[in-house]
Amino acid sequence: MSILLNENTTFIVQGITGREAVNLTKECLEYGKGAKVVGGVTPGRKGREVHGVPVFDTVAQAVEHHGGPIDGSVVTVPPAFTKDAVFEAIENGIKLIVIVTERIPRADVAQMVELADRHGARIIGPNCLGAIVPDVIKMGGIGGPAKDAAKAYSPGFVGVMSRSGGMTTEISSTLTAAGLGQSTAVSIGGDAIIGSTYTELMPLFEADEETQAIVIYTEPGGRMEAELANWVTENNSRLPIVAFMAGKFMDEMPGMSFGHAGTIVEGKADTATEKIARLREAGIAVAEEIAEIPGLVKELVGEKVAS
Amino acid sequence: MRFFEYESREIVKREGIPVTDFGFVTSADEAREVAERIGGPTVIKSQVLTGGRMKAGGVQFADTPEEAAKHAEDILKLEINGHMPRGVLVDPKAAVKQEYYAGVVWDGIRKKPVMLFSDMGGIDIEEVAEKHPDHVGRGHLSNLMDPPEFRAKEVIAQTGVTGRQLQRLTPILAQLARVFVKYDMTLAEINPLVELEDGTFVALDAHMDMENEARPRQKAILKDLGVGDEETREAREATPFEIAGEEVDAMDHRGVAGNVTEFDGNLGLVIGAGGGSLTLFDAVRKYGGEPANYCEIGGNPSVAKACGLAKLVLSKPGVDKIAVMMSIVSNTRVDIVARGVIKACLELGFDPAEKIAIFRIPGAWEDEGYKILEKYGVEYCDRSVSMHEAAKRAVEKIQGVAA
Repeated sequence: MSILLNENTTFIVQGITGREAVNLTKECLEYGKGAKVVGGVTPGRKGREVHGVPVFDTVAQAVEHHGGPIDGSVVTVPPAFTKDAVFEAIENGIKLIVIVTERIPRADVAQMVELADRHGARIIGPNCLGAIVPDVIKMGGIGGPAKDAAKAYSPGFVGVMSRSGGMTTEISSTLTAAGLGQSTAVSIGGDAIIGSTYTELMPLFEADEETQAIVIYTEPGGRMEAELANWVTENNSRLPIVAFMAGKFMDEMPGMSFGHAGTIVEGKADTATEKIARLREAGIAVAEEIAEIPGLVKELVGEKVAS
Repeated sequence: MRFFEYESREIVKREGIPVTDFGFVTSADEAREVAERIGGPTVIKSQVLTGGRMKAGGVQFADTPEEAAKHAEDILKLEINGHMPRGVLVDPKAAVKQEYYAGVVWDGIRKKPVMLFSDMGGIDIEEVAEKHPDHVGRGHLSNLMDPPEFRAKEVIAQTGVTGRQLQRLTPILAQLARVFVKYDMTLAEINPLVELEDGTFVALDAHMDMENEARPRQKAILKDLGVGDEETREAREATPFEIAGEEVDAMDHRGVAGNVTEFDGNLGLVIGAGGGSLTLFDAVRKYGGEPANYCEIGGNPSVAKACGLAKLVLSKPGVDKIAVMMSIVSNTRVDIVARGVIKACLELGFDPAEKIAIFRIPGAWEDEGYKILEKYGVEYCDRSVSMHEAAKRAVEKIQGVAA
């Protein structure tokens, strides 16, 4: 199976008439079994179509047109309007929200996450490319055009989570080349506060029978990796984890941000060195290079089968 | 972005938190005037965006206006951790009865602001938390309601503070939390927050950090404080090379080709995207390479922007070759970046085959891109060559190990 998405998932695109959103809609429609993009929202553009998808002024209109609850929304509106768009999606019963938009102040993100929690909804991102279930469905720009996504992603038993959208594809492509497919790959976003951290997605992978191992891409900054290390130590997870840490050079440059908004060394716990130590202490394998990841996955899954 | 102490104190003052009658000045004469107005012993404090100013001699006490002027003159010339002061703050020397700490920061895991309070102020809060955990109170705030007084009261009461002190401190901590939310701070700290001998409470020092992403909607306060858009307030000031990188990125609104950071090596890097750049920079160093710069390409930049960035890197003194590398691209087009970097070489009179050590960008439009690279004899590789292998190849070429 998969987490978050499956072949029956329905979703809308908020901000669908923007240049990037038009491309994203086409990519999703053409990928795998064809995503069920049941509508798009751009205020004032009701009545238009984007690659055959009807455009509405409000999320409520899209829900009414669909004739029942819609599972998800990809939000691609500018940063100043994102909070309102996400509130609108949540208040209209949408349970899975992928926020693509970058440069949203974290106070806004924190408000969206708290409202989502109260409604039993989940946010992926912001500053992310979404999620993909290989050969089935993708929600967001992850992997790019359908033919490019098909080249990098293949179905299999590895769950992938990454703070970088591009590295989600690089790592999945490396796994695919080594004969290891992915159950679901999630670009979780590069900001300091995100809707779903590694730890918050772990129980979903844990419950997914198909997933047998996890690969994560990590960076300096924040406490997300320490949170995962604690979770792994406290919960007797059946899933071996392989991590890759980028940005080791940043340890020598405290106070400077590189790569993503959330990537900054503000204290000792934020450094790559410290995080690698914490992950290893928790029994998580840390690869020195991307190319080592498939070998480590095979080794750890093999050990499990043997024991 | 960080605020100077005088700005942070101005912010809390305008939000109704009591402060002493301080003055910010940039000359010894002005310091004398402020000290005369204060009319008693003063403290002269260097205004720098770095810690450790007390140890460095950036804080001095004066009994007379003449002494204040002399200290100001010295401190204005004193460099601290590579920073020259913006000015000095002249503050009345306070008769302190008790020092407290009040702060608000983000908890990225709980995704809520957290209030911190200690009855052991004046020292680093992390040190207090480690050595005297029972002297630190903590409480999270909901993002969906105005920071309530009761939460501030709970946090202060955790440290055992009660009576009149609790009553007077509660509104100050609650107001600090409101300042944190209102101005999109990532840190709002009053340390020390003091009770004076006369029983009044004042903020004797304050430290604020505003989130960069919020600057567009915080223009009003930034304008009032005189903080210009060009002031990045990064850990170190941008170099001319880095400023030129910003200009390249600002050429048009298509994608990113910038976020340049200067280093002093001989291998120029034209790399991307966010995570890819972090990975590739590490990879070059792992194999003994010395990068001349860090940068990021992404979001499908124009040929002109990719060209501009490559030209900037190629023109940097000491750069022998460039490596053009990215993680697999799905939005950025391989052919556009290839065109941009080849154009940069040609316009500068270089042979692309000579100057580009390696081109490793797989993904969207790669076949078109590889055709162009072949035409100019540039060494390239596809996704079957890992990012680390590509970086290693570039290092070998620049070190003359490989032909």
